[in-house]
Order: sequence, then C-alpha cells, then structure tokens
Amino acid sequence: MTATPAPELGSLAAIAACVRTGERSARAVLATSLERVRELEGDLHCFNEVTIEAAEADADAVDRIVRSGLDPGPLAGVPVALKDNLCTVGIPTTCSSKILAGWLPPYDATVVSRLRDAGAVAIGKTNLDEFAMGSSTENSAFGPTRNPWDLGRVPGGSSGGSAAAVASGIVPLALGSDTGGSIRQPAALCGIVGVKPTYGVVSRYGLIAFASSLDQIGPFATTVADAALALEVIAGHDPMDSTSLDRPAPSLLATLHDGVSGLRIGVVADFLSEESECGDAVVSAAEALAAAGAKVDEVRIPELLLGLPAYYVIAPAEASSNLSRYDGVRYGLRVDGPDAETMNARTRGEGFGPEVKRRIMMGTYALSAGYYDAYYGQAQKARTLVIRAFEAAYQDFDVLLTPTTPSVAFPFGSKVDDPIEMYMCDLCSIPSSLAGHPAASVPFALNPEGLPIGVQVLAPALGEAVMMRVAASLEASAPRSARGPVTP
Amino acid sequence: MTEYETVVGLEVHCELSTTTKLFCGCRNAFGDEPNTNICPVCLGLPGSLPVINRRAVELALRIGAALNCTARRSIFHRKNYFYPDMPKDYQISQYDEPINVDGWLELPDGSRVGIERAHMEEDTGKTTHVGGGGRIHEASYSLVDYNRAGVPLVEIVSRPDIRSAAQARAYVDELRSILVATGASDGRMEEGSLRVDANISVRPVVSAEFGTRCEVKNLNSLRSLERAVEYEVERQIALIESGGSVSQETRHWDEGDSSTHSMRSKEEANDYRYFPEPDLTPLVPDAALLAAAGEGVGAMPAERRHRLSSLLGAGSDLATRTDGSTDQVVTVVDLGLDELVHGAVAAGADPRLALARAANEAAANPDAARLLDPVAFAGLVKMESSGRLSATQSKEVLAELMANGGDPAQIAGRLGYEQMDTASLDAIVDGVIVANPLEWKRYREGDDKVAQFLLGQVMKSSKGRANGKLVAQAFASRREA
Repeated sequence: MTATPAPELGSLAAIAACVRTGERSARAVLATSLERVRELEGDLHCFNEVTIEAAEADADAVDRIVRSGLDPGPLAGVPVALKDNLCTVGIPTTCSSKILAGWLPPYDATVVSRLRDAGAVAIGKTNLDEFAMGSSTENSAFGPTRNPWDLGRVPGGSSGGSAAAVASGIVPLALGSDTGGSIRQPAALCGIVGVKPTYGVVSRYGLIAFASSLDQIGPFATTVADAALALEVIAGHDPMDSTSLDRPAPSLLATLHDGVSGLRIGVVADFLSEESECGDAVVSAAEALAAAGAKVDEVRIPELLLGLPAYYVIAPAEASSNLSRYDGVRYGLRVDGPDAETMNARTRGEGFGPEVKRRIMMGTYALSAGYYDAYYGQAQKARTLVIRAFEAAYQDFDVLLTPTTPSVAFPFGSKVDDPIEMYMCDLCSIPSSLAGHPAASVPFALNPEGLPIGVQVLAPALGEAVMMRVAASLEASAPRSARGPVTP
Repeated sequence: MTEYETVVGLEVHCELSTTTKLFCGCRNAFGDEPNTNICPVCLGLPGSLPVINRRAVELALRIGAALNCTARRSIFHRKNYFYPDMPKDYQISQYDEPINVDGWLELPDGSRVGIERAHMEEDTGKTTHVGGGGRIHEASYSLVDYNRAGVPLVEIVSRPDIRSAAQARAYVDELRSILVATGASDGRMEEGSLRVDANISVRPVVSAEFGTRCEVKNLNSLRSLERAVEYEVERQIALIESGGSVSQETRHWDEGDSSTHSMRSKEEANDYRYFPEPDLTPLVPDAALLAAAGEGVGAMPAERRHRLSSLLGAGSDLATRTDGSTDQVVTVVDLGLDELVHGAVAAGADPRLALARAANEAAANPDAARLLDPVAFAGLVKMESSGRLSATQSKEVLAELMANGGDPAQIAGRLGYEQMDTASLDAIVDGVIVANPLEWKRYREGDDKVAQFLLGQVMKSSKGRANGKLVAQAFASRREA
C-alpha cells in the first residue's frame, strides 16, 4: 500500500467556472491532465488511446468560444475520459478487442456529442474488459489496468480504465457503461463515485452493445455533486434510441443537499453476510443516515438473489446476438479463408478473447431450440420476480442500501481461472440492472489494508434525485481518506 | 388409383413503397448505385440502434386491414443467422406476436384463402457471387450491396387453403392487386418487390391429415409459381406412388430445366434462436395510428367486385353466376373501370349493357376509358338500349368518344348513324320477306333459327344502319299478323 492523496483538481463546476470566466484556459486545464497521464499511464494503463491532438483542438475550440464572449457550457474545459466502447468519430473504438482492429467509427455516440456541446474535452479512450465482459479489466486484449490504490490489484471492471483514470486524478470525470455493475463495481474498488442511471435516461446510441436490455452509460467522479452534474448533461431523450425515455434530463443538483430527514431507508439484509467488511460498511452507513434523520430499517428481499443466475443467462443471450456482426465482412479484423463461412469462423476465432467466447457460447446455448424455455424463458421469469420484489420493497422504502461489492479490490490473477467466482463480484449490483433501476456507489470506508469500500444506494425507476441526495449525505459522513483521487 | 389433392400455402414478401428504410432515414429505392443508400444503422455498425419508421407501420396496418386481419399489439424479434448480406447477422422480424393476424382474401371466383398473419421485417442486402457459376461455395469472390438492407417488408402468410396451381396463381395475382390498391407496394415481381415462397404438399383426397410439405423458393413470376406447383405436385405423387415418401425440405425452382432441386433438409435448417429485440419497444396500434393507416385508402378489389355485381340485381353472388358477368366484373374492376360503370348507371344507363361495353370495348383502351365522362358514357349506352344505335354503331361511337371525347349523339350524327325512320325500316323488312319466301315461310312456321338469316339480310340492305332489336320486333309483329 503506497497510495497517497493526489492533488485536488477542483470540482467540475469550479473548473468550468474558471474556464468560463477566462481565468484559466481549457488548454491549461488539459495540460495538467496530460501531464498526469505522462506521470501515471505507464503504471496504470488506463487508456487504449490518449487523443492528444483531438483534445487540444477541442480545448482550443472551448477557449475560442470563451474569447468570443459566448458560454461553452456547464462542463467548459473539463477533461473527460471515455470508455472505449463509446463511438468517437475518426478515433479508434476497440472495446479492448482485437476484432475491432482498425475500425474508425463514422459517428459520435450521443453522450460524446452532449459532453462536447457542454464544453467538456475528451482526452482519450479507456481500457475495459473486452466488450465490457468482466469485473477486473483483466479481459482486455491490450492488457489490464491497475488499481491506483494498489498496483498489484485490479481496478474492477468492466469500466476499469475509466475508474482508474478518475481515481488517480488524471481526469475529474469519466464515462463508463454498466450492464450488471460495470460502473458501480470499479467505482467501489477505486474509491470513487459511480452512477448507473435508470434504463432509458441516457441514450445508448453509439454505445457498442453488450446486452442491450441492460446497458446504461453513466459517470465516474470523485464526488456525488460532480457525478450529478455530469448526469444532468448526458441524460435526456434521444430520438436515435427507441428505448430512450421521452422526458427531459433529471434535475439532481437542485435538491442534492436537501438531506435525508424523514426518508425511509431499507438495508437489504440478504446481502449482509457475516464477517464481511463490505457489509460492515453498509451497517455504518445506515447508522450515519439514521443520525442524519432518516428512518432506517432492515428488509429481506430474497428474490434479489435470483438476479445473478438470471443475469448470466440473459446478458450472454443478448450478447451472442449483438456480437454476431463481427464477422470480418464489413469492418475490423478479417482472417481470410477459402469461403465466407470459414473466413467468418477464423475471424471470430482469432478476434475474440476467451471470456467473450464463453459468453457467446452460453448465450447461444440458452437461446437454442429446445433450451429456450428452460434457460432464457426461465431467466426472464426470474427477472420479473426481481422487479416485483423491488416494487414491493419500494412500497415501504424510498431507497435501499447494499454493499456495492462482496469484497474489496482483489489481486491480479486471483479469480481469472474461476469464472463463477468472478461473476459473483456482480451479486449486489445485478438486481438493479435487471429491473432497469438507478443505483450509485459511494466510497464510504477503507478496510484495514487501506483499500476503499463502496456502499450502494438503490432507488426505484427515475428515482435519481432521491438516490443522489442519499449518496450526498453518505459522502458527507464518510472519511475524506476513503475516496480518491490518489497517487499510486 | 388413388386420387390426390394439392395443398398449397404461400408466403409472400412485399417490399413497402416507403420513402425511407424501416429503421433509418436512408432512401428506399430500387436500382441505385450499389452501397449508396447506407448509414451506420442499416450497415449495423457497432453502437447503432434501430428506430421504427412510422409510415412503414401504417402501411403494414393498411395491408392487414385490406386482408381482413385483426391488428394487434406486436413486438419485434431477432432472427439470428450468419450471412454476409445481413449487416447485423440477425434480421429484425416479427415472430410470435405479429402486427396483423387471422384474415382472409377473396379470389375473383368467390373462393376465400385464409391469411394466418401479415408481419413486418427488414430486408437483407444483395449478394452477387462472382465466378463459379454464381453460387456461394464455388465463387472466387462475392460482392454485397447493402442498399436493400433494412428496406421494410411485410410477409403475408396464407393458410394452407389453396388447392391448385391455378388457384395459387390467382391468389398472388389478387394479392398483388390489393397491395397496389393500398398504395403499400408497387407490386413488381420482376424487381423483387413481391417475392413468393410456396409450401406444397399432396394428400389422398380421402385423407384428413396434410401430407409432408416442401418449401419451394425462387419463384420470380406468376408463371413460375404455377409451373413449380404443378411440377412439385407431380413429383410428390410419383414419389408416393412408387412407394417412397416426401421428406420435409427446402427446394429451389430452376426456371431453366423447369424443375425443383433440394436446397436443404429439415435437419440442416438453421436454428434461428429467436428472442425479443431489446432495441425496440412494442408497437401498439392505437387510434391515431389506425386512423393514419386508413387515410385515403379506397375499397379493395373484392369489395368493388361485389358492389359492381350488385348493380346487376338478383344472383349477385359472383361465385354462382353462370352468365359470363363474373368475367366482365373481374375485368372491369381489374382495369379500374368500375367507377365509370357506377357513374353511368347513376345517370340512367342499363347496368348490364354498361358493364358489357366497359368490359369489352372500353377495356381495349383502359387509360382512355378511365378518363371517360360517365354521363357521356351513359348517354351512349342509353342510345343503344333504346334502339337509337345498333350494337355495331354503338361500338364505333364509343371508340370515337374514347379517342376524342365529345357528345355521343353528335358523334353518331357526324358518323351518319341517324336512326332509320320506321317507314324506311318497314320497307326494307318487307323487301327481305318478298325476296326470301322460303325462309319467311319457315320462320312463320316457328323455325327461329332462320331469324338470324333474315336479320342479316336486313342489315345487309340497310348497310348496318338498322337496329337489330327493332328489326326483330318488325319480323315478330309480321309473323303474328
């Protein structure tokens, strides 16, 4: 354990305020970020690509807007990192897979456009588990990302690069995607805030699909307020995504500090195992909220434990279909063969890593004639049970608390040979994904080894505002040392 | 020898004539330069998402209504299989919850074919295999054009109600008229706007169970459909008669050698792994959507045939008509001349004669006939039925009316078709009687066969100006005298 507190970058609002008034140029803010990249990237490997030229051009554009007397937006000059499954026009977008080698998207993801329109400056594409399948970023075709709190440990995944970039102070904001916990789990393991919004609140257009009915984009930041601001910017209806909800972005900052007095908070007992430091943190968090005026109770929702097995049928089933298009015909890797079928098989055989292949096979099996009802059909029923169980619980509670993860960041290689053990990392995060509900991970404590522990706040669909209020209250009662940024 | 019954069910894919594709804003057009009407969505680029084209949904509902289907809440599924012309390697299609179900289509002979469903799906691209005789396995390379990828289709699945090759042809013919009448399709089989697959089986007439069916593909015209059904029925009967059995498989119709060839057996069939498309939300045919779908749609051919037929009075059920009016009604509706007939009848024309003139003479030049003024047409028909014009004269005047327009009475005058006065007609009739005493005697003794001869003589003497009806009356009154 060598991590030390990193120099503060200032809040997103503070950075934007300086840039908007011309006190500091976007270019200067960017230079600080890029300097930090040079210092740490060799150790951390947060990025698949740092797009220095594009970032400088974007920063200059922001500065020109300021000089012309116009407002570049609420994230003026804020450097951001983008998970490398978000399409960026003309910039390689790889999903950390060999199969997308050489592909340059001809379009930007909606969230990328929205960040740019708000004045943010993207500095690069961050590492992930291949096609967002994994919980440690060890499944990247380009090598793992390291946890800035302990370089011998994983940052979590799949959005490990984005989490590590924020946790190490390279950028104050990063975007990730969360299918079963891929924002919240790495946020917890890296001691930062990660938010998965309600399904449909943020457009998925330009997010390379893993499991379409579960994927959501969300922010990583060091504080709840920063995450709330970022979410306000990227959320809101998008006609390019049919599953995007036809409503404006939620207003979060206005009520962020309204406190928790009178809120009914349920601690999900099913996820509090004996002798778990992560469970202990939840109990302390509940006590802190009670002290702040909330009504706290334990609640049992055993159906939530059905989430994990259901998820590991539904997500691979959708993935098996979503990943069919990587066939060597139109873009990315092509390994030639005597006919189309062989070319296709060779391309996929060489292009995909073992975890992606495992999930394609599981998903294909689950959807096969004769097995559909027993697997996919059954999993959808379990999903419905999870949704109903949440509905019942939210009759009595405004928000629910659970650990984000069963354990703190684990050492490299400790789970790679046991897929089931790796899948268990998502136990607490998966139920909200299946229900399409919002959830946030807030850094709340350090374990005796000095590794961060996250507490997860769950809310019903479109409950972002109350969820973020509770998250802000938890943040206020957590020790400052429990959250990044840190210098490894 | 066992007698066999043919059982056919048809799957017809119809390309919708929307301006844009089903899930993106690309142009839906036939014959453009390859790969010019494409975008991230219809190319299935990573991260792209489909958004449903509302107009396509309206047209699908329109087709459903025209086929007497029930519109229902529907969802899209993914049909998964690898093929280079399918950008996503899955096709977005409707599976067990289609937009239109349980309809029927009435053929001109009055028979009905059940429609199981008419569902929406996207078209694939088009592959051209270069070298090796145009087949994928021997080709030296293949070219793919994605202009067609994502073009909206409605697949219309009939029930196995069709009992002959001719009926199969009549079904597709009628379906095509309906699709064109709805404005949903241009109905061009040669451009692939309409594509037909046939499920064909045979069974002993006494059997209640269906035989094993074969699906025949590559039917590019009505003629190939008819011939393929005939061929396949013969093949299956011969197979059964020789002690063999039909195996369920997909067969390819080869126009060149006029036969079908096995493409793949049931065992080799793909497992499409259908599951609900998570990128799209359910389609609910609410009032607004149904209203938009129904806007500006006229009556369908079957209904128009019934309306036209009912003008003829009793026995208006087309199926039971034996007087030839069925064919005339079908022709007139096919050519879109039924409004002309209705207009003429409303203006006082005799329905039977108006129908006959429309089905025979007007049909020779349907484009001009559709522009006829119904009142002028009615005037012509009235002149003929009152005896003012002979049939021959009436046809001449109609031809002139269609060519240059005008007033039928004036045209008749211009052509010298003045009504022959009674005195002149009587003189000619009497002259014919005097000149043909033997025939007149036979006629007087009740031999009606000779009446045609006498009439012909009058026509000859009058140079065709005499009205046949009046001539017949003149002979009849002299016989009774």
